[in-house]
Amino acid sequence: MARGFDVRRQTGFNTIAICCFILLYAPIILIVVYSFNKGNSIAIWEGFSWRWYISAWDNEKVQAATIRSVVIAFWASMLSTFAAVLAALATTRTKPWRGQSFIFAMINQPLMVPEIVTAVSLLIVFASIKVATGYTGLGYLVIAHTAFCIPFAYMPIRARLQGMDLTLEQAASDLYATPWQTFRRVTLPQLTPGILAGAMLAFVISLDDVVITEFVKSAGQDTLPTYMLGQLRRVVTPEINAISTVLLAFSVLLVTGFFLLSRTRKQ
Amino acid sequence: MSDLAATRSRTERRNRWLLLLPALAILIFAAAGPLLIVLIYSFLTPGDYGGVVWKLSGEAWFNVFFERDFFTDTLGFADAHLSILWRSISLSLMTTVLAFLVGFPTAYFIATRPANSRDMWMLLIMIPFWTNLLIRTFAIMELIRNEGTINTVLLAIGIIDEPIQMLFTNASLLAGMVFVYLPLMILPVYAAMERFDFSLVEAAYDLYATRRKVLTKVIFPIVKPGVIAGSILVFVPCLGAYVTPRVLGGGKKLMLGNLIELQFGAGRNWPLGAALALTLLVIVTIALLFYVRVAGREGESNIG
Repeated sequence: MARGFDVRRQTGFNTIAICCFILLYAPIILIVVYSFNKGNSIAIWEGFSWRWYISAWDNEKVQAATIRSVVIAFWASMLSTFAAVLAALATTRTKPWRGQSFIFAMINQPLMVPEIVTAVSLLIVFASIKVATGYTGLGYLVIAHTAFCIPFAYMPIRARLQGMDLTLEQAASDLYATPWQTFRRVTLPQLTPGILAGAMLAFVISLDDVVITEFVKSAGQDTLPTYMLGQLRRVVTPEINAISTVLLAFSVLLVTGFFLLSRTRKQ
Repeated sequence: MSDLAATRSRTERRNRWLLLLPALAILIFAAAGPLLIVLIYSFLTPGDYGGVVWKLSGEAWFNVFFERDFFTDTLGFADAHLSILWRSISLSLMTTVLAFLVGFPTAYFIATRPANSRDMWMLLIMIPFWTNLLIRTFAIMELIRNEGTINTVLLAIGIIDEPIQMLFTNASLLAGMVFVYLPLMILPVYAAMERFDFSLVEAAYDLYATRRKVLTKVIFPIVKPGVIAGSILVFVPCLGAYVTPRVLGGGKKLMLGNLIELQFGAGRNWPLGAALALTLLVIVTIALLFYVRVAGREGESNIG
């Protein structure tokens, strides 16, 4: 620095970076700001009002879709986290074993296959099951969401397990703790931040899903995102801005929480 | 003694599979298994009102690439499918290139900030990444539609007399996809750049390298694995994109994802839809295999 020559500088890079941040945020900020607009426009400001939030709140379809979204996300995150904890316990801290790469491929499969392909395959399978059993409830959506949430729940839990100290567990078993006691009293408490992070991530992923839900849902089973997608075909009212803003705020909250949880690991 | 060890390793193995059982069961039932059913469906005959008739046929796969002219019964390439396939691939490639041109300097910018503020900048990248893809696409739509922000402002200040049609064009699709998938480029490039040792750059300057030379001969080769990873992370979801082309392309500028959906909706040709879905899967797999090969080679050359 003393030389007055910054070796890190590259001409134009800072400008591009600043533009990039502006581009990433401008459209989102626009939506948030104009969700409070009194008028219909996304460009002309007519004064502050809660109007669109109130109309979204009073909209029965939005209410039903919100409840459905939350119910599905709750069950999907619970089930996927449960499965992910067990899978993480089985796949970390062991010697290499036969079938290991197969298991990793299976767990990560939902990340590699394009969503639309998964969506179509589930549509085919569930359509046959619907015909065979007559059941058309939310179960299909819950199981579909659980499957693609598993890798997201698995990642932070596995990372946490890998960073954990084995000596505490060895000490516990030296003191005649049963395997279950060791798990319950030593492993699980240490693992909790990872489990929470995994569950939150799974919840956000489930809540945000559009494509798979759009294909799997039966008639009248709109979640908040698929309801919005349906609305975009018609005349868009700023009610969608209000719904988007609430969803955005919720995601940002959960993601920031996730960040803080995974940070405690480093300290 | 060896008996005991054998019993123990057997119990261990049994426990491991028991622990894996719930995850595997769910994944086989609702992720991997259905893919096999898609393969079977792609060789069946379409039913009149959707669904399939259980009669073997290669028609669907044939129709992915060829079509029989209805009147003259001559064979030709399925222009509609091929042009959509071409649009998907070319738009995905262009998105990847643009995301690199914007993402690389941004990752560089973040990596050269003071260490304590880097996390804050990265959080700024992570937030759009984790927010709903539909909402971000919708935000772009609000910006560029005829009654949207840009057009209204331009009309108001009198630069244009009538709205510019930006929605439902290839350009809007491209802009939307770059916007939506950009964080996927920045994340791995930054991860590679964060570990970069800037004393190498100093050494290069001491040897009279120019700024461009430093960038292309010193920095880029070292962060290349991150760039390759980022390119794959952008390219693959672009190929299978469904929401963005549906919202910004509006049924006019279809991509592969929309074409597949069409076969299950209005098209009522499930086997063709299944065959198209598998075509997409094959292209994605080729891209991933290419990545594994290149990444492997890069790893070796770094060691050597």
